[in-house]
Amino acid sequence: MATPRTLCKTLLASVLALSLAGCKWVVMSPSGDVAAQQADLILWSTYLMLIIIVPVILLTLLFAWRYRSSNKNATYKPDWDHSTKLELVIWAAPLAIIIALGALTWVSTHKLDPYRPLDRVDEGVPVPEGTQPLVVEVVAMDWKWLFFYPEQGIATVNELAAPVDRPIKFKITATTMMNSFYVPALAGMIYAMGGMETQLHAVINEEGSYEGFSANYSGEGFNKMRFEFLGQSEADFEQWVAQVKAQGNPLSRDVYKALEKPSIDDPVRYYSEVMPGLYDAILNRCVDPGQVCMKDLMKSHHAHHGEG
Amino acid sequence: MSSAVQTYSDTTSAVFGRLTWDSFPFHDPIILGTFIMVAVGGIALVAALTKYKVWGYLWNEWFTSIDHKRIGVMYMILGIIMLLRGFADAIMMRLHQAMAFGDSLGYLPPHHYDQIFTAHGVIMIFFVAMPFVVGLMNYIVPLQIGARDVAFPFLNNFSFWMTASGAVLIMLSLFVGEFAKSGWLAYPPLTGILQSPGVGVDYYIWALQIAGVGTLLSGVNFVVTIVKMRAPGMTMMKMPVFTWTALCTNILIVAAFPILTAVLALLSLDRYMDFNFFTNDLGGNAMMYVNLIWIWGHPEVYILILPIFGVFSEIVSTYSGKRLFGYSSMVYATVVITVLSYLVWLHHFFTMGSGATVNSFFGITTMIISIPTGAKIFNWLFTMYRGRIQFDVPMLWTVGFMVTFVIGGMTGVLLAVPPADFVLHNSLFLIAHFHNVIIGGVVFGVFAAITYWYPKVTGYKLDPFWGKCSFWFWLIGFYVAFMPLYALGLMGVTRRMSHFEDMSLQIWFQVAAFGAVLIGLGILSFLIQLYVSYKKRDSLRDETGDPWNGRTLEWSTSSPPPQYNFAFTPQVHENDAWWQMKQHGFKPPQEGFMPIHMPKNTAAGMVLAGLATVFGFAMIWYVWWLAAVSFGALILGAIIHTFNYKRDYYIPVEEVAAVENRRAEVLA
Repeated sequence: MATPRTLCKTLLASVLALSLAGCKWVVMSPSGDVAAQQADLILWSTYLMLIIIVPVILLTLLFAWRYRSSNKNATYKPDWDHSTKLELVIWAAPLAIIIALGALTWVSTHKLDPYRPLDRVDEGVPVPEGTQPLVVEVVAMDWKWLFFYPEQGIATVNELAAPVDRPIKFKITATTMMNSFYVPALAGMIYAMGGMETQLHAVINEEGSYEGFSANYSGEGFNKMRFEFLGQSEADFEQWVAQVKAQGNPLSRDVYKALEKPSIDDPVRYYSEVMPGLYDAILNRCVDPGQVCMKDLMKSHHAHHGEG
Repeated sequence: MSSAVQTYSDTTSAVFGRLTWDSFPFHDPIILGTFIMVAVGGIALVAALTKYKVWGYLWNEWFTSIDHKRIGVMYMILGIIMLLRGFADAIMMRLHQAMAFGDSLGYLPPHHYDQIFTAHGVIMIFFVAMPFVVGLMNYIVPLQIGARDVAFPFLNNFSFWMTASGAVLIMLSLFVGEFAKSGWLAYPPLTGILQSPGVGVDYYIWALQIAGVGTLLSGVNFVVTIVKMRAPGMTMMKMPVFTWTALCTNILIVAAFPILTAVLALLSLDRYMDFNFFTNDLGGNAMMYVNLIWIWGHPEVYILILPIFGVFSEIVSTYSGKRLFGYSSMVYATVVITVLSYLVWLHHFFTMGSGATVNSFFGITTMIISIPTGAKIFNWLFTMYRGRIQFDVPMLWTVGFMVTFVIGGMTGVLLAVPPADFVLHNSLFLIAHFHNVIIGGVVFGVFAAITYWYPKVTGYKLDPFWGKCSFWFWLIGFYVAFMPLYALGLMGVTRRMSHFEDMSLQIWFQVAAFGAVLIGLGILSFLIQLYVSYKKRDSLRDETGDPWNGRTLEWSTSSPPPQYNFAFTPQVHENDAWWQMKQHGFKPPQEGFMPIHMPKNTAAGMVLAGLATVFGFAMIWYVWWLAAVSFGALILGAIIHTFNYKRDYYIPVEEVAAVENRRAEVLA
């Protein structure tokens, strides 16, 4: 016969199983070191705040019960409305928590700044000396993702790959709409905006296939603006690059102009080689011949006004 | 590529602008069905009003009224009507997301779904929460400070009709053309003319611009009213807490709404005149829009929540039969929140690439707001401590709020930690967070306030049974609807998705949809409550004007209060003025009445706002001649109104004496 205790245990276990089995709580159990630190931060911040939230909820329920009007045994002090000591506590308790959380915020925000190059690839594993990050240039287009690999000289659409345990440096821009580049298993998101470049440093620690997508609504095709992110061994990554080179066609200006037209639910595409300076031209909005690049425009503007 | 149905014309005609037969959605069965329902309902309503000959009554006593109490009630009715629309959008979204998995595309095409989530956000904030909050302040503030009306009674009526005009334009977009498919803050470049050439964004712009004028003027009105029109003896530190929070909210309105007006004007210049403030090219930058709209947008959430904090302060002290604990720290907390609310806007876009120091600064300022907010929660807690708590319905809402709001506050502070926000931003966790504070805070507070002050407005209490039903449905419904969204956010599910591939997520959306149904039952219970209470009004009647043993001056008047509120301006000696008057055995004087100087009703507000609606509609559809004519008429009408010198009258002393004596007889 089930005792209440075992019954309780079974219930608890089944609730946990139900909530953990079918679905992956990817934000809380990611596969990249940056996202893992972000998940830890969520937990620590929550614990810190629970120190004050739990007593408040319990006291609310307790006072509501204890001082109900039908309970004539409880003390009733209709004119009691001030206590300097109590008010000090009331202000000091949240203040103390916020000082702790504020310190945690300052440190972690600087440490996990997406612009900051990584100094470790995993807990306790610093970046080996002389390691260069894999550079990936990301372009959010309407409505697909274009990835350039300058080191490998290739480009892909809607598929991204990287070797495990090697730092990745993403340089991110967009053609028109504001999107957000997000691979929950890898690291936090950052906006992709036209004419501007944002950056993200991250590392993937486990081989596997992960979901990436736009996390900022960008219109009609937003829903399908998803890509697969492959975390691969060094050898598999080399093979993947070779496969892209073998199967793909060159990404010329004309091919790019055709790709730039809005489209929804695009298939994966490979490009064996890339027109030199294409990412830079997209970023500076001068892909069409004869367009003045934004960086040159700004240079001449500054020269004109005698500024640095 | 699938494309949205084109609901605008590429060419514009001189007479109708871009309005054509195609602008009317005869082809969309859902919208057509809604339109037929609304049309039939509207015709039935008009017929009923005509049959019972209430048009004259409505016109003379309500539409043209400049009585702050009548205007307050009209705001609340507007809020309730728009709540039904906003909730209809919500339940459509929830049902759609619960269905749209794998092979099933759900029942809404993406272009319709995108309009619905945009409309839901815009309506709930601008045309539900705002009218509720402004309506409450309208009704209660002058009574709490012992005034006969607001400082600018005509302006008050005009403000209401401007808000209603914005609501009319939004409702119109359902049946003529389309609404924006942009999300509730309409970020460019998506809302630029190249990316969104249709009328949707223009409906958004003009509805908010026109309603915004109303809100801004109402803010000016209330700041002046509270600063200049308090009863003698009511120093700032003797003002009721609700009035204090109303003052802070209106200061926020006056400081924040011009920014909204300006940023929408810039977006209009981009769209109408090829300016490039927010475009990708030619030196434009969308980040400016995002900054500006949130410099308005963050204070806006405090505009909504501060008066609600005031409501809970009044309720918790009344039903605990006790003075509010820590009145001055409550006031300082409110003022601190008011100031800090301007220093946190960037937390809405930590992910836009600001440096670590900027992000930390805004993260920490955001957390600091939780200190005064925490102090407030403790103050309510210690008001209950050693009280004698009557668990009437408003107090149920209050306890529900205290438990729910701290959870929302906690997830909010969590989102203020920038690296945590990087993984939770724009996710359903964020959606759960702000519904947690807006439903658990603003909505619970509005229902508490309606239940609390209803007898003051109508002279009878609301039926408690249906009130309790409404409370429990809302409370449980909220948790069932939004806790799954927290979980989904932690699974990396982002907002505004119209279809999902991962079947394992579906159960969570189904649970959430069920929660939305429970909330729907909560709204239904509230409507039943209004009806049942009206039917049972004789047994629920309160003759005293003070059914809850209240503490502030509004409870010293009859229910409903006479048109002039107070025959004699009350003299205030300390906090909780009415409580103190009762303690000293106050008897209202029965002689020495004077004629009372009152403002006259006027149709000008409705006429001017009506012209503004026509102007907005003409601008949306590029009907330039009509825009010019209606704008000219609007200016001319405003000037003509200034020459109307017959705008006041005196209530004769006999009438005042008769009203007051009748009241004395009832009380005796």
